[in-house]
Amino acid sequence: MSLIQSLAIMLGRDPTKPSPQEYSAEAAAIHEAKRAHKLDSAERAAIIAEQHASHNVHTWRNRRWITLLLVNVLFVLSYRFDVQLIEGALTASRVIGFHFADLNSALQVTLAFKTILINLIIGTTTVLFMWWLLGGRTFCSWVCPYHLLAEWAEALHLKLAARKLVKDHVLHRRTRVVMYVIFAGLALATGYTVFETISPTGILSRALIYGPSLALAIVALLLALEVAYSRRMWCRYMCPIGITYAVVGAVSPVRVVYRPLDCHHEGACRKVCLVPHVLDMTKKGYAPQVNNGLGADCTRCGLCVDICPTGSLKFEVKGLDKLL
Amino acid sequence: MSAKPKPPPHVQLEYRRRFLRSVLLGGLAVGGSLAGWLPLARAHEARLRPPGALDEKQFLASCIKCGQCVQVCPVEAIVLGDITEGFGLGVPHIDARVQACDFSCDAVQCILACPTGALTHTLSKKEEVRMGLARLDKPDICLARQGAGFKGQARGAGFPGIHRYEKVDRWNPIKIADHPYDLEVCDLCVRECPIEGAIRLVPMSDDSADKRRTPEITEKCVGCGMCEMICPTEPAAIVIDARKQWGQS
Repeated sequence: MSLIQSLAIMLGRDPTKPSPQEYSAEAAAIHEAKRAHKLDSAERAAIIAEQHASHNVHTWRNRRWITLLLVNVLFVLSYRFDVQLIEGALTASRVIGFHFADLNSALQVTLAFKTILINLIIGTTTVLFMWWLLGGRTFCSWVCPYHLLAEWAEALHLKLAARKLVKDHVLHRRTRVVMYVIFAGLALATGYTVFETISPTGILSRALIYGPSLALAIVALLLALEVAYSRRMWCRYMCPIGITYAVVGAVSPVRVVYRPLDCHHEGACRKVCLVPHVLDMTKKGYAPQVNNGLGADCTRCGLCVDICPTGSLKFEVKGLDKLL
Repeated sequence: MSAKPKPPPHVQLEYRRRFLRSVLLGGLAVGGSLAGWLPLARAHEARLRPPGALDEKQFLASCIKCGQCVQVCPVEAIVLGDITEGFGLGVPHIDARVQACDFSCDAVQCILACPTGALTHTLSKKEEVRMGLARLDKPDICLARQGAGFKGQARGAGFPGIHRYEKVDRWNPIKIADHPYDLEVCDLCVRECPIEGAIRLVPMSDDSADKRRTPEITEKCVGCGMCEMICPTEPAAIVIDARKQWGQS
C-alpha cells in the first residue's frame, strides 16, 4: 500500500481490494494456494474456535495500559511530590528539563497567536521525532488518558450491545477531517484556541494533575454518548489530535505488520480494532504483499496482535529483523 | 472506468442517516467549543493574570494551557481557569484575595516556566511586572485612615494563605495565620508589599498627634495583589484592578 493510499484511507476513504497488478508474485501464490486448499466451513470454524479458545493473551494491552498509566502518573507525581521528571500537562511539558509540546496544541496556539514561537519549535521537534519513530497514532493509545476511559466505555457499550440494550451508530469517518479543518480555521479566524475548550485529552490531563474541574462534564458527556449511542465516537470520528499524529507517524520504522500465510481470515482482529479500515487487508485475498505494514491510522494499540491466534499480526521494527 | 452500481435503497437510507448523524454530532462538538465565547462576550471583569501576561486577547491565544506556571509558583498563587472561563479554560489566573503573588520566588519563575511566552520572556525583574494596579476601594473601612492599630492574625486563624517573611525564613513562605501582628497603626499593605516604593502611608493632616494615614499607591505598583490579600478588613479595603495601567482612567 502506498503512502498516498494509506493517508487517503486515514482521511476517510473506504479501503478497496487491490487491483490484480498490485499483488506481489509471492502474495498471489499464497492466495492461490489458499483457494486451492479450501477447507469446508464446519472444519474451518472448528479450527478457528479451537485456536482462539487456546489463545487468550493480553500482552500488548497490558504493556500499553501500564505505559499509559505510568506516563500520566509521572505527570501527577512530578507536580504533587516535586519529582520534576515530567512537569506541565499533556499539552506542553518539560521532560527532565527538555521542552515537549503536543503537536496539535502547538498547532492551535500557532494558528491563534500567528507567531512562530522558538520554544514550541524546540518542543514540537522533539515530540515530532519521538512519534515519528514510534509511528502511527501511538500517542492516542499509549499516552492519551481519554483513550483508556474510552476503552472501558467501549467494553461497556459492547456488553450492552450484546444484550441488545444499545446499538452502535456509525458516523462518517470524514467527519474528523471536516472538524480538523474547522478547528484550524476557527483558531486562525477567532484568535482563540477553540478546540482546547472541549479537548478531553487536555481536560483530563489537567484534571489529573491540578485537580478535578467542571470541564470533566464534557468528558463524561462524550463517554456517555460512546456507551449509549456510538462506539468510540470521539477517537474514531472526531478527535483532530488523531489526524495530526497519524500524519506524523505515517512512515515510521515501528509498525504492525500483517502476514497472510497462516491467517484464517476470520476477522477477529477487525472486531477489536478502533480503526478497522487499516485491517482491510486481512480479508481473504486482500493482502497485496507477504509482509504488509498497517496504514497511518493504526494506533499501534496491539489489540489485533493480542487476539490473533496464528501470529499473522506482529509488531515490527523496520530493518531490525534483518539485523538480528 | 465503469460507474459504480447504485447501492440498494436501505443502504442509501443508512448512508443518509450516517451523514445526518455526522453533521449533527460534529456540529454539536464544534458548537460546544464555540460556546467558550460566551463568558468572554459577557465581558466579565478582567482576571488578574500571572506576571508578564500579554494583552488578554494575545494571552488567551498564546497560552498552551499546560500549567507549568502553576507548578513552579512557591506560594501556589496561580490557578487554572475552569470551563466557566470559556476559551480561558486551562489558562492561569490569580485570585489575589485568596492567595496573592508575593514574588517569593525572586526570579519570576512562572515567566521562566512558560513554554510559549504567553508570560512574556522580556521581563526579568519583579519591578518590571505590570499585572494591574492597587486601588483603595473602601477608604471608610481602612484601619490606617482611622488611625487604628491592628493586633492578631491579619486574616484570621483559619486563613490558608501563605507569604514569605524574609526575617522569619528567607526561603520558605509560611502561613499568614502563623505570623500575628501587633501594630500601633495598621500598615500591613505597605509593610508586606514586595515592591519598594509602590505604596506608602501619607499623614492625613499636619497635626503630628493625628495618627490617621492614607495609603497612596505610586507608579511603581505592579498589581501583584499582596496588599489585597493581607488587608485585615472584610471585605478588603484595598483591591487590585486587574490589567489596569498607570495613568489609565
